[in-house]
Amino acid sequence: MAPVLAIENLTTSFKTAEGWRAVIRDISLSVNAGETVAIVGESGSGKSVTALSALRLLPSGKARCEGRILLEGKDLLKASEAEMRSVRGGSIGMIFQEPMTSLNPVFTIGNQIAEALVIHQHLSWSAAEAEAVRLMERVRIPAAKARLNEYPHKFSGGMRQRVMIAMALACRPKLLIADEPTTALDVTIQAEILYLIRELQREENMGVLFITHDMGVVAEVADRTVVMFRGDMIESGPTGQIFAAPKEVYTKSLLASIPRLGTMGEAKAPRRFPEVDAKTGEAVDGREMEDVAQTSAPILKVANLAVRFDAPNGRVHAVEDVSFDLKPGETLSLVGESGCGKSTTGRAVLRLVNASAGSVVIDGQDVASAGTKELRAIRRHAQMIFQDPFASLNPRITIGSAIAEPMLSHGLAGKREARERVAALLEQVGLSGAVADRYPHEFSGGQRQRISIARALALEPKLIVADEAVSALDVSVKAQVSNLLLDLQEKHGLSYLFISHDMAVVERMSHRVAVMYLGEIVEIGPRAAIFDNPQHPYTRRLISAVPIPDPSRRAMARPLLSEEIKSPLRPFDYVPPKRTYQEVSPGHFVQDTASAWDERLTA
Amino acid sequence: MTLSSLTLPYAASLRRLFGNRAILAGAIILAAVVLAALLAPWIAPYAPNKLSIVNKLKGPSLSHIFGTDEFGRDIFSRAIFAGRASLLVSLGVVCISTVLGIVLGVAAGYFRRLDAPISRLLDAMMSFPDILLAIALVAALGPSLATVILALGITYAPRLARIVRGSTLVLRELPYIEAAVAMGLPTWQILTRHVLLNLASPILVQATFVFASAMLAEASLSFLGVGVSADMPTWGTMLASGREYMNNAPWLMVFPGLAIVFSVLSLQLLGDGLRDLVDPRLAKES
Repeated sequence: MAPVLAIENLTTSFKTAEGWRAVIRDISLSVNAGETVAIVGESGSGKSVTALSALRLLPSGKARCEGRILLEGKDLLKASEAEMRSVRGGSIGMIFQEPMTSLNPVFTIGNQIAEALVIHQHLSWSAAEAEAVRLMERVRIPAAKARLNEYPHKFSGGMRQRVMIAMALACRPKLLIADEPTTALDVTIQAEILYLIRELQREENMGVLFITHDMGVVAEVADRTVVMFRGDMIESGPTGQIFAAPKEVYTKSLLASIPRLGTMGEAKAPRRFPEVDAKTGEAVDGREMEDVAQTSAPILKVANLAVRFDAPNGRVHAVEDVSFDLKPGETLSLVGESGCGKSTTGRAVLRLVNASAGSVVIDGQDVASAGTKELRAIRRHAQMIFQDPFASLNPRITIGSAIAEPMLSHGLAGKREARERVAALLEQVGLSGAVADRYPHEFSGGQRQRISIARALALEPKLIVADEAVSALDVSVKAQVSNLLLDLQEKHGLSYLFISHDMAVVERMSHRVAVMYLGEIVEIGPRAAIFDNPQHPYTRRLISAVPIPDPSRRAMARPLLSEEIKSPLRPFDYVPPKRTYQEVSPGHFVQDTASAWDERLTA
Repeated sequence: MTLSSLTLPYAASLRRLFGNRAILAGAIILAAVVLAALLAPWIAPYAPNKLSIVNKLKGPSLSHIFGTDEFGRDIFSRAIFAGRASLLVSLGVVCISTVLGIVLGVAAGYFRRLDAPISRLLDAMMSFPDILLAIALVAALGPSLATVILALGITYAPRLARIVRGSTLVLRELPYIEAAVAMGLPTWQILTRHVLLNLASPILVQATFVFASAMLAEASLSFLGVGVSADMPTWGTMLASGREYMNNAPWLMVFPGLAIVFSVLSLQLLGDGLRDLVDPRLAKES
């Protein structure tokens, strides 16, 4: 049987000032009915360009495709624009990465789903709306009929992605192209969406072209896998074979760099990520770090911290009754899904947002009551590293100047001395001291994150709040930057408040872990206790939802939970209940689940 | 010695500055206009207010290359002298409105508490038509060159303030501003280094618009009799008085009009080029 989609020797070039430049070269792949083919690669590998080429969505004057793209034997590169319009959303459905912005906020959900049916299948609006209800039920949106006339802002990210899938499926496409459909979603939601796509594929016998950077997701969904690197197809084959016996060096090193859960061995302290030899693709597992955590007085003490914001229709209890402390040289990770209050906690620690109640004490100084001067002094000792390496550096200031700025401002160094320190700091984070005169846009994401780290180190802080510091980086870079943070901790005895949603990274980095849900800590304890003996149902759910980068351990039947993380938006008169904690083992506390949690988690 | 052989520390910056065609063209035109205005007494063939009724409304000729007006005054000489007042007014207005606009806009955008009062003030000012507000201010202060500059400067300040406020609101939420706060930098340093630097593009663009508007507004004020005194020619007043003879003596309007067009154009070229130049992301590798 002929494949649904066959791409043959596709080369796509973009027009640049120097002429045409090929961004993907000689790509050949095919997708059969009922089959899932994953294109995997790091940023800049050309995986999205491949998908956009297949739909001819690249601007025609600026991009040029050569080769053949056959949809059921018909060459799309030769099709007219009118024919392409009936293909897009008709025979080929597409789901995009960002569910929050891919729905139009001024039309109802039902209207947007029905639109495709009216255009492509010439249904009447009323028939299309009836079909829309059926589609919403198929993507397991609860109370579909009632929600038909709601607007996108009332839907959570996961629900919006379901709507996007319903829209993509509206015209019973032969092929579904999913471009990073779960990257913006939390792990528990990701698991549900992946399961849903698989179920629907089976029901419809669709071909699925799945684009992702996440090898864990690939292992979960793909029958066959295509590995791309800088515009070239490196390797392709059955997924099991790619994972078990990769042929190419790049594939080997990609697989070796993936952070995996449960690889800590007997280590008590954090452990470095494996070092991958770029020439052979061989990996040597990282050593356990020397434990620099001290038992002296904590550097950071947070007690009963609460952060609440007033919204027009209620009060957001972003952080509620959070208490923990952090010893010098120790890493405490705050984990949880978006909206759980972990970032707000981190920002409240440095008083980038004001706490509504409770106290934060850094190195014996109360942050909440500090005046302008004291606050500056506290901020010298406590620094922050942000998630987005592209937005956390001022594009108009050279990186040397950006790193020197805090030293000069705090009077720690003169101009000449600062220049030397900048060079030393850059070398400490693995960059050359000679790059100080360059601007941020001249660096890659991983390099910029190193620069941010150098800037944070400039003041010789004792505490660093790392807010998703490695989350936006490609896997190989992620491991390197994480290792850098570990080395710096060992060398300087730094304390990290490590905020992350990535359980595999957290396992490697932490001494202790605190799990947050709806603004509260539901479980806190030593890393091994949390990962090997999770007590709270939410912790268990979080750990089990992490995709396992091993196709032979694919979790075929996942329980499909339609419940999602709820909003911490409450009525103005809401009084948060007093929580109690049980100590399961030394230092391992679990919030009592006898309270309202059960109904929230199992509803 | 050519530019490329320069080894002064700023040679690279200079090369970048004049390697940009827009800046080069803008700078040449503006330099010509400004030089002509500065050297007016030596360049102008006639005194700007010298009457010669015999020669009234003569078309361009060798003795009067831009022709003469209804009183027989030489338009070329008048246009050169008019550049002095016109450029002074426009540059003054741009300076005043930019400074006011930056202060008000950054204050409103960065400090939440000041946002409502400042924004309401700006709304109130913008609810008057520009000219009406300027007339009211000039009337209150008494007409003179300085008050015209001040009045127009105040009139156009809300335009800049609005744009600066909007950009500041976006900037203050960006991680690098938050990073600067987290590093314990004093607020003034965050504002001057991190916020202001990133406001350069919208300010430069808006300032060139204000420059052009101010030149025309000054003309309207003069036309209405609340502008600069009648014996001081400006391009605006020349346009205004030439309007009556537009059909049979178009040169009365064409030449001062061209002067305005060229000086506005040169400034916009300069503004455009500078905007690209101060943005390191757009800098070309040399």
